[in-house]
Amino acid sequence: MPHDHHDHLSPSGHPYRADDDTSLSYWQTMEIAVRELLVENGVTTAAEIAVQIETMDARNPSNGAKVVARAWADPAFHAALMDNAGDATRDMGFDIGPLKLIAVENTADVHNMIVCTLCSCYPRNLLGLPPDWYKSRAYRSRTVREPRSVLAEFGVNLADTTQVRVHDSTADMRYIVIPARPQGTENMSQTELAALVTRDSMIGTGVAKTP
Amino acid sequence: MTQTVRVKTLMPPGHVRTPAYLRGKIGVIERSLGAFPNPEDLAYGHSAAAKPLHRVRFTMAEVWGDAAENPDDTLDAEIYEHWLDPCDAP
Repeated sequence: MPHDHHDHLSPSGHPYRADDDTSLSYWQTMEIAVRELLVENGVTTAAEIAVQIETMDARNPSNGAKVVARAWADPAFHAALMDNAGDATRDMGFDIGPLKLIAVENTADVHNMIVCTLCSCYPRNLLGLPPDWYKSRAYRSRTVREPRSVLAEFGVNLADTTQVRVHDSTADMRYIVIPARPQGTENMSQTELAALVTRDSMIGTGVAKTP
Repeated sequence: MTQTVRVKTLMPPGHVRTPAYLRGKIGVIERSLGAFPNPEDLAYGHSAAAKPLHRVRFTMAEVWGDAAENPDDTLDAEIYEHWLDPCDAP
């Protein structure tokens, strides 16, 4: 029986993931109950909920990358973005809803990074869903206490002369980091520039790619 | 509102958005953000009065003392005005 000793492994050699045969938590049950009541009472429909989920899933960091690329290339937009990032991105055509957005800019002397110690506040309407690690207790607790160690684990090693500014997103604002524009990009189009802007560079746990 | 502020050391029950690690710490208002519905009421479905909100900048030396990685690095957080007392610069 060739499979006697391998029933717990998939054909590719990985262990099978266990089915999620656990009972619903209190809040999962509550979510289903509220959703069903809203649908039964005609407040919303299952189709509307699905469309909203698709809309949220369709948002991704390429939206933010376009904002950063334009800020690098267009001085008037850069000024508007630093003055009121919510209005500037809304004027650019992004449906960011009521988001109150603040842009913080990395320079040769300053490196910004974003965290939400209390929960997982993140500019979802512009960057999409946050990465799982952003919501982890380790990232949330360590970033405010030892940001340089966290950055080093992300491969970002800063000079002692660079000031780190951590932004704890504790209330109504959301933040986007404008990473420093890489050298050698002077003649690039905004489309080319946007391809250099990673999700992590807009959280501050990374830097923009060099061409 | 004065520029230098100390975060109140209150530890009330319920939903508050003032991180415990900043309570009692002294910082400087980086910018004022306008007024927002008080999350301490909003969280429970109560009608919430708009309260002034400020971005307060702290040095890592102020927040973590000798344990700070780099004393001159900073930490900014949004703190509601009713959590802040005017204060002399440290």
